[in-house]
Amino acid sequence: MRKQFIVALAGLALVTLACSPSSPIPSSPTPSKVVEEALQGEEVAVLTHAPQVPPPIQRTHPTRVIVKLEVREHEGRLADGVRYTFWTFGGEVPGMFIRVREGDLVEFHLENHPSSKMPHNIDLHAVTGPGGGATSSFTAPGHESVFSFTTLNPGLFVYHCATAPVGMHIANGMYGLILVEPKGGLPKVDREYYVMQGDFYTRGANGEGGLQPFSMQKALDEHPDYVVFNGSVGALTGDKALQAKVGEKIRLFVGNGGPNLVSSFHVIGEIFDSVFVEGGETANHNVQTTLIPSGGAAITEFKVEVPGTFILVDHSIFRAFNKGALAMLKVAGEENKSFYSGKQDDKVYAAEGGAVQELPNRPVAQASAQSKAERMSRGADVFNQVCTACHQANGEGIPNVFPPLAQSDYLNQDPTRGVNAITNGLQGEITVNGAKFNQVMPKLTLTDEQTANVVTYVLNNFGNKGGEITPEAVKKIRK
Amino acid sequence: MRRVGIFWLLLCLSSLAIESTKVTIPAGSFVPLMGSQKRQALAVASFQLSRYPVTNGEFGQFLRVHPEWRRSRIKRLFAESGYLRDWVDDLHGPKGQYSSPVTNVSWFAARAYCRSVGGRLPSQNEWEWVAQASASERNGMRQPEFRRQILAWYARPNPEHWPAVQKTYRNVYGVHAMHGLVWEWVEDFNSLLVTGESRGDSSLDLDLYCAGGALSGLDPSDYPTYMRYAFRSSLKARYAVPNLGFRVAYGRTP
Repeated sequence: MRKQFIVALAGLALVTLACSPSSPIPSSPTPSKVVEEALQGEEVAVLTHAPQVPPPIQRTHPTRVIVKLEVREHEGRLADGVRYTFWTFGGEVPGMFIRVREGDLVEFHLENHPSSKMPHNIDLHAVTGPGGGATSSFTAPGHESVFSFTTLNPGLFVYHCATAPVGMHIANGMYGLILVEPKGGLPKVDREYYVMQGDFYTRGANGEGGLQPFSMQKALDEHPDYVVFNGSVGALTGDKALQAKVGEKIRLFVGNGGPNLVSSFHVIGEIFDSVFVEGGETANHNVQTTLIPSGGAAITEFKVEVPGTFILVDHSIFRAFNKGALAMLKVAGEENKSFYSGKQDDKVYAAEGGAVQELPNRPVAQASAQSKAERMSRGADVFNQVCTACHQANGEGIPNVFPPLAQSDYLNQDPTRGVNAITNGLQGEITVNGAKFNQVMPKLTLTDEQTANVVTYVLNNFGNKGGEITPEAVKKIRK
Repeated sequence: MRRVGIFWLLLCLSSLAIESTKVTIPAGSFVPLMGSQKRQALAVASFQLSRYPVTNGEFGQFLRVHPEWRRSRIKRLFAESGYLRDWVDDLHGPKGQYSSPVTNVSWFAARAYCRSVGGRLPSQNEWEWVAQASASERNGMRQPEFRRQILAWYARPNPEHWPAVQKTYRNVYGVHAMHGLVWEWVEDFNSLLVTGESRGDSSLDLDLYCAGGALSGLDPSDYPTYMRYAFRSSLKARYAVPNLGFRVAYGRTP
């Protein structure tokens, strides 16, 4: 017996030598991932729809966790007036949040609803094994697959469907997050939220209404019409914004389902105190924007110090303001003027310091427009330079964020409202064409003449009822 | 020469008089999406195919004569518990859907039905060959609009009730509902992905869809065909799936 052992050992050494002649002495093996703790008990996992997150795990031991996730295909809202057939884990996009502990034995039940047209499976990036579970969970409509895995690595992981054609299943919304808490859990915070980005490809262009089918060509070209947080434009804005109070510590579990785009995740007006990069163990601190790969995640933590609305964006910024990748965190509480003063002063700025006080050949201030036609022509220039950034070139705005100027009942009922918004700014809820907007428009530094021109231009375009505003009228409204 | 002429005349007359429930599919060849490493065109011999998928009404007739396939009598080996789950009782299909396609049938039951009418299930290649035909062309896959239509149908969830088989999409051969109604059993549905439950089997990697297998597909943008192959590979012969029916082929087994 002993002799045999020695022979075997010698054989092993020979093999090692033969395989790696450059390093004849094998280094000490890295500790294999052995689950030392014994499983105790059994429980059914609490799953939540975004943006909610299941409660932290209180257990100090691993257990057998039963996870039941149902696949449903259904038609839903992608943007205002735009419908899409989503394929979902749990009925919504993104899929339900799963929270387990390192060392848990997860008994996973994937149920494919009988009304489904397609077979589906699940690849959990938290699984160590072929296909991440996909090899064991291929499920025909009206069937259920069961498989088990042990969570060997802690972290925040993406799960997704991996049924052919994989790209289409993901593009239709089949992704979500699973958190494997490390032994000892995560530090306590006041609020946790679940946010997941995804890109969508529709046959019609962005904003084209009705039930929009998936566009294979745009997906292949990687040209999405919509880039959204939590499955639709405006899923986390207005009344559905994330909520917090001043002084609270916030943890965002952020995932990116893709299928194509990488996210430059940023919260406007906040700095992440900590980012667990790529959902792993490494914490980076004082981060402005964190990169979240397609099929990846990050945990971001920050304390909200001042009240206000903080905008979550993909800082590939056209996606945010033109394709929907915009969410809101509303923080309530007392102002802290020492952290953020608000606007303290507004005064005329004249370049100083050098000898040149006035630029040579400075153009003389333009005379007032002599006709309505001239007013509109000048107004068009102002519109294109200033207004289109938010209200869009077609004047239709962005649903839930920037109200439309086109066929706007708000404007046509009282054209001076437009003048007031430009000269004095606008804050608080307004209703335009039946939709509510609750944003801040800063006052713009336009002259009375420019303001009169641009409002006249808008009133006589985009299906509005017409009319003319004079600089004198603007002057009266300016506060 | 003259005899041939008379033959054709008769043929035309007969087809005018009453539309046969069987359609003769001419021989042809096509390059299948998957399973052909050398990308060779595959010949399909002429055969006959039922114009419509088998309906609840027709399946009810079959069950009257073959009681062993009724819901209450069938062996669990040949059909899982969801077999004919939408039927009112042993002999009556879902209300008001006499002319709608029968679904929730296992592969075994579908084969038994085909035998009872002197036919068989079509092979996967036969089925795919006919499915390539659009309303105007035998090879409709060259028409982007045809592909878009199929994909749009695949992307929609099932309707509450299946429409009657006659009210469905008709292709250039006169065969209805190859797309746009229900999935259909084929004889060799599991021939491509025999390891559907254990896709890690490395010796078959080239036939798998995800990962390396995806690259072996002829046309990676041919999503509709991918989806049919994927659907079939999720099945077992005893499964009864709510959107899976079948139709009958006639002629020598290929």
